[in-house]
Amino acid sequence: MLLGPALAVSAVLFTLGVAGVLLRRNAIVIFMCVELMLNAVNLTFVALAQRLGVAGQVFVFFVMAVAAAEAAVGLAIILAIYRHRQTVNLQNINLLKG
Amino acid sequence: MAWPLIIFWAFAGLAIASALCCITRVNPLASALWLVVTLFSLAALFVLLDAQFIAVLQVLVYAGAIMVLFLFVIMLLNLGRPGPTDLKGPLGVAVGVLLALVLLWQLGALRGVAPAEAIQLPPGAMARVAAEQGMVPAVARPLFDAYLVPFEITSILLLAAIVGAVVLAKRTL
Repeated sequence: MLLGPALAVSAVLFTLGVAGVLLRRNAIVIFMCVELMLNAVNLTFVALAQRLGVAGQVFVFFVMAVAAAEAAVGLAIILAIYRHRQTVNLQNINLLKG
Repeated sequence: MAWPLIIFWAFAGLAIASALCCITRVNPLASALWLVVTLFSLAALFVLLDAQFIAVLQVLVYAGAIMVLFLFVIMLLNLGRPGPTDLKGPLGVAVGVLLALVLLWQLGALRGVAPAEAIQLPPGAMARVAAEQGMVPAVARPLFDAYLVPFEITSILLLAAIVGAVVLAKRTL
């Protein structure tokens, strides 16, 4: 069975996504790393659906819908920020910094 | 080693390697294209895990729609040209890698945990359901039956996202 290897790959991919969010400053790249994390979780759902029923695949469907909504709104926010600040580097977007 | 396992590890290695490239490339355009490679290899893994319909959705929705949106915004903001790196400084990188390794260790600590035997299906159950009902009905039937209410709520979520994106992307906020 591929359950164990799939969960291991999913853990590594999720960790890479977290590392990307922690290491980068470009808002769009950070956004892509969030998508990577969502995909890692999708792999977990699909792997466990083999043993725990088709509900896991249904949840992947919902995760994809949420990811699509998130991408549309998030990229619109990044566009709006770029229009105000002329940058997507998070170092220069420090309105909340004390 | 059996063929499915070899193919699985080939695509798993490709997914991890391209994810690594995705988070280390300086150019956001290169990052996005490496992420597309990751998404395609994940689709291949889904096929090996008896989720052919999800694999098709993965290619259509993620690689086809969401990544096009990303590339579109990158090109709209003209971020594809080479520039200074946006990686954090040495201290930031050290702390980030350390935190990521701690997370990986925590996930690895869950290795021995398994779902209770009582709720597990026999091996090959998914493939059998797919063979009996067809690949799409096996996923679609619960979607319109047990999960009808979440499905309808998803449509409201998408409507809200459309309205939000249109309002946010207007020239004067």
